[in-house]
Amino acid sequence: MPKVKVPRKSTSVDMTAMTDVAFLLLTFFMLATKFKPDEPVVVDTPSSISEIKLPESGIMQITIDKQGRVFFGITEQTTRETVLQRMAEKYNMKFSAEEIKEFSLQSTIGLPLSQLSSYLKMDAEARKAIQTAGVPTDSLNNELGDWIWQARLANNDIRVAIKGDRDANMPTVKRVIAILQEKKVNRFNFITSMEKAGE
Amino acid sequence: MAEIEAGGGGGKHKGGKKRGKKMSTRVDFTPMVDLGFLLITFFMLTTSMNKPQTMEINMPVKDEKVEDVSKVKASQAVTVLLAKDDKIVYYFIDPVSGEPQTPQITNFSAGGIRATLLKENKQRNPRLDSIPIYKDMLNKGSINEDQYKSYLSGIRGYKEALIVVIKASDKSRYNNLVDILDEMMICNIGRYAVVDITAPEVEMLKTVNLE
Repeated sequence: MPKVKVPRKSTSVDMTAMTDVAFLLLTFFMLATKFKPDEPVVVDTPSSISEIKLPESGIMQITIDKQGRVFFGITEQTTRETVLQRMAEKYNMKFSAEEIKEFSLQSTIGLPLSQLSSYLKMDAEARKAIQTAGVPTDSLNNELGDWIWQARLANNDIRVAIKGDRDANMPTVKRVIAILQEKKVNRFNFITSMEKAGE
Repeated sequence: MAEIEAGGGGGKHKGGKKRGKKMSTRVDFTPMVDLGFLLITFFMLTTSMNKPQTMEINMPVKDEKVEDVSKVKASQAVTVLLAKDDKIVYYFIDPVSGEPQTPQITNFSAGGIRATLLKENKQRNPRLDSIPIYKDMLNKGSINEDQYKSYLSGIRGYKEALIVVIKASDKSRYNNLVDILDEMMICNIGRYAVVDITAPEVEMLKTVNLE
């Protein structure tokens, strides 16, 4: 009588399906991901119940940090180049092609135009180490106003977004709003974060 | 048992022809899956899915400002001063004398400025009661999002409704400004303006020790 033979089963599992899923997800995340631009300043935005989403492009962003420093940024690289060239013209400054290229890679800048050239020559590490002064906003040297104006000339449909820190002091915020109004920008956005439950 | 293999093997390969061992075509995918999941984890953690939220604000055009303010009926408007330490001072204009009434001190809690604004706005804007009805219609699908929004802005912009004039003192924080604009939305106030604080109002803040 033949013995019943239990066939020895392989312990290895077919991984193909799992790989398929894994790589499908991987592809999705690789395509969906958009790396956070390296911002020179950390800002804790106030929360609000507003649910309007900020478009990703065509934005001129003015950041105000805790110490009242003002930073300026434009989302499009080409607009950044045009704006810098116009600013250089206005202030009788010369920027080399490399500097303009380097500038177009900066998401946000926060220093007077006179220091921009030396800032652009630094490498990323050195940039992080130094404390920038912020874009001048006082009425004698209103560079922020010029940046705003030139950005609007370069892109007529540009929208203005103000990203302020919770603890940003009101005189600075008011000054920025006043500059915007001087430049005939009467409609702008405040960037906020989602209202947390229980707040 | 064992003889099956031995016998069979001997019989077949008589000529001693060498055959390559039959290799399995299956590849071990485990390391690949490991790598795949590692990368997934990395991208999941670095990705920022949520776009930042914004609130829109329209400032009055500078030249028309004076004209606009005078149009506001005094009894209709409340002036909200953002003071230091997250405090709010608000006052109404006395309809008879035209002088500011006694300033009230409150804060950003739900029972603070929100309660006041809701109460005052409800008194002046009877249409506010219909918002829940429209909201219900929206949820049931009998009106769409755009219709709801236009009804809502119609209700909020009712001409007798409360008008809020927001004035931020220099001692307040940016957070206060965003919070009060948020309250405008919560309290369904359609007409509000952010205006510069005036000297008498700074004096008023001084009298309540909030300057």
